[in-house]
Amino acid sequence: MSIKFKPPMGKFSRLNGKCISLVGDDIDTDRIIPARFLKCIDFDSLGKSVFDDDRKTLKGNHPFDLETNKGSSILIVNSNFGCGSSREHAPQALMRWGIKAIIGESFADIFYSNCIAIGIPCFTLPKESIKKIQQYSDIKNLFLEIDLFKSTAKAKDLKFNLEIKETSKKMFLSGEWDATAKLLENTDLIENKLNDLPYIKFNIN
Amino acid sequence: MSQDTLFDKVWDLHKVANLPGGLDQIFIGLHLIHEVTSPQAFGALKDKNLKVKFPQRTVATVDHIVPTDNQSRPFKDNLAEQMIDTLEKNCIEHKIKFFNIGSGNQGIVHVVAPELGLTQPGMTIACGDSHTSTHGAFGSIAFGIGTSQVRDVLASQTIAMNKLKVRQIWCENKLSNGIYAKDLVLHIINQLGVKAGVGYAYEFAGPAISALSMEERMTICNMSIEGGARCGYINPDEKTFSYMKDKLFSPQNENWENAVKWWKSLESSDNCIYDDVFKLDASKVEPTITWGITPGQSIGVNQKIPLLNDINPNDQFIAGEAYEYMGFKPGQSIKNTPIDVCFIGSCTNGRISDLRVAAQVLEHHKVAKNIKAFVVPGSEKVAKEAKEEGLDKIFINAGFQWREPGCSMCLAMNSDKLIGNQVSASSSNRNFKGRQGSPNGRTLLMSPAMVAAASITGKVSDVRDFINK
Repeated sequence: MSIKFKPPMGKFSRLNGKCISLVGDDIDTDRIIPARFLKCIDFDSLGKSVFDDDRKTLKGNHPFDLETNKGSSILIVNSNFGCGSSREHAPQALMRWGIKAIIGESFADIFYSNCIAIGIPCFTLPKESIKKIQQYSDIKNLFLEIDLFKSTAKAKDLKFNLEIKETSKKMFLSGEWDATAKLLENTDLIENKLNDLPYIKFNIN
Repeated sequence: MSQDTLFDKVWDLHKVANLPGGLDQIFIGLHLIHEVTSPQAFGALKDKNLKVKFPQRTVATVDHIVPTDNQSRPFKDNLAEQMIDTLEKNCIEHKIKFFNIGSGNQGIVHVVAPELGLTQPGMTIACGDSHTSTHGAFGSIAFGIGTSQVRDVLASQTIAMNKLKVRQIWCENKLSNGIYAKDLVLHIINQLGVKAGVGYAYEFAGPAISALSMEERMTICNMSIEGGARCGYINPDEKTFSYMKDKLFSPQNENWENAVKWWKSLESSDNCIYDDVFKLDASKVEPTITWGITPGQSIGVNQKIPLLNDINPNDQFIAGEAYEYMGFKPGQSIKNTPIDVCFIGSCTNGRISDLRVAAQVLEHHKVAKNIKAFVVPGSEKVAKEAKEEGLDKIFINAGFQWREPGCSMCLAMNSDKLIGNQVSASSSNRNFKGRQGSPNGRTLLMSPAMVAAASITGKVSDVRDFINK
């Protein structure tokens, strides 16, 4: 357990892992990481607190506590996952618990961009396909092999065509999903833009 | 694809480049930061050996973790103290303007920036907080970002983002007496659902919106995100300009005239194109209350908790969860539901006009027995103004606790929390499970006037019974 967490880096096109299914719509970021855990100045300790309230309520029966889900890395969720607060602590907590990719019916906007920014690809599938995966992984361990280039997820007897935003897909395949350096390449354009904006001129105070 | 809306105009103006992956690089005109989502971003800058590119375009305040009872330093809560201390140090190191406690300008970031005139039409505004959509009330394009994007804005004053689609929400007619902006926005979210706004900016328009004050408009835009829309805005008009006139950071003298001229040009054009339009009749909106665990699960005060069969099949799963968590039975009235805690405050409804309306309801009344009621002004300015008007006395005489400014029990990062399965009548924005600090605490969202009415009777009540006498 003392191995230091290493965030993902660089290009990636393939991802294998065991699925963990979390059933429910509109699971908000307060549930993913309750606000009291936001009292921190780094993300390091968040992994163990993911879904803290829900887990305490379910007394060991929450998917993130079940022995069979240990070592899972592909999270299967339903609709509007990650709605609410913009806290990046939510995907950071999931990532530090061990989640490397999420497949769901749909995602909230800010949560989605936070995931992409820290290197968690989020894929969508129709409701019926998600249901199929969730039912399957409830019975036995389901290992999926995600091919980002082809946008597919395969198991021995299952195959799904995943949807992912083209912009996100390109970023992961090129390894340019860590945005800062890319943005700073346009420093001249940024400085020109500052000088062009009308309100910069009339806000001199 | 939308064309010639305010959103299109402001987006295009701020576009720096098309990034190779297909995203737009967008310049952020105003960056607001606070203690919760910025420390890791400053940490990342340090790791990458980067500087803050334009420190004068970032403004900081402290709001989420501040205690509202005793604000003397060091805070009793060590972690909270560590967070404010980190923000102070980061602001000094990077020469960022910081409105600290006691400055006269501290408060909830989305209350402070507009009242200082920092928020202006035509700007792009970003902040590591989902309720940044509030600033759209001025005709700015404002949205919440995560910590990695806070890092990007600090480092480059830009972010990489997909352009949003634009849905106009046209509100016909006017709100009736005793119905407020909060009721309208809860109604809109109920009608469209909590995820309809994903991928969209919401333009709120129509006679009912034009009739709202700037503070009411902020309440509307504030909750765009609860409908899934990262950004919500209203075209600027004379009300916008007169609110902004002579604010500390508003343009002055001849700059003011130029600014107004430019702001007027930003309005969505008559022949603009929206990706979608949704129309509703504002005169039909009732005092609205949430009964569930998403801001979309709301009803009028005289309505009954919906039956499962009457709910859209896609929303039935979360409705089932909501009945169980809230302890409501389908078909039950929401009126007369007993309340334990009354909270007036937050970036949604912690402004001076919210306090005025609540005080008006409370005057000559007492808070019911066994109710804990407290009011948390949105900022030091709001608190000062309220005291000058004697509103603090009205609240205190009625039995409310008068607190210091901060986010408080909207998200319960300080010591203001529900206990056990207490029910709160709350003027805040989220009724998520556990949101107000107790894993089984229950939140009923409503307007500040409705919270005041509930505090008097100790149960969910129709505020019109108090003000229309």
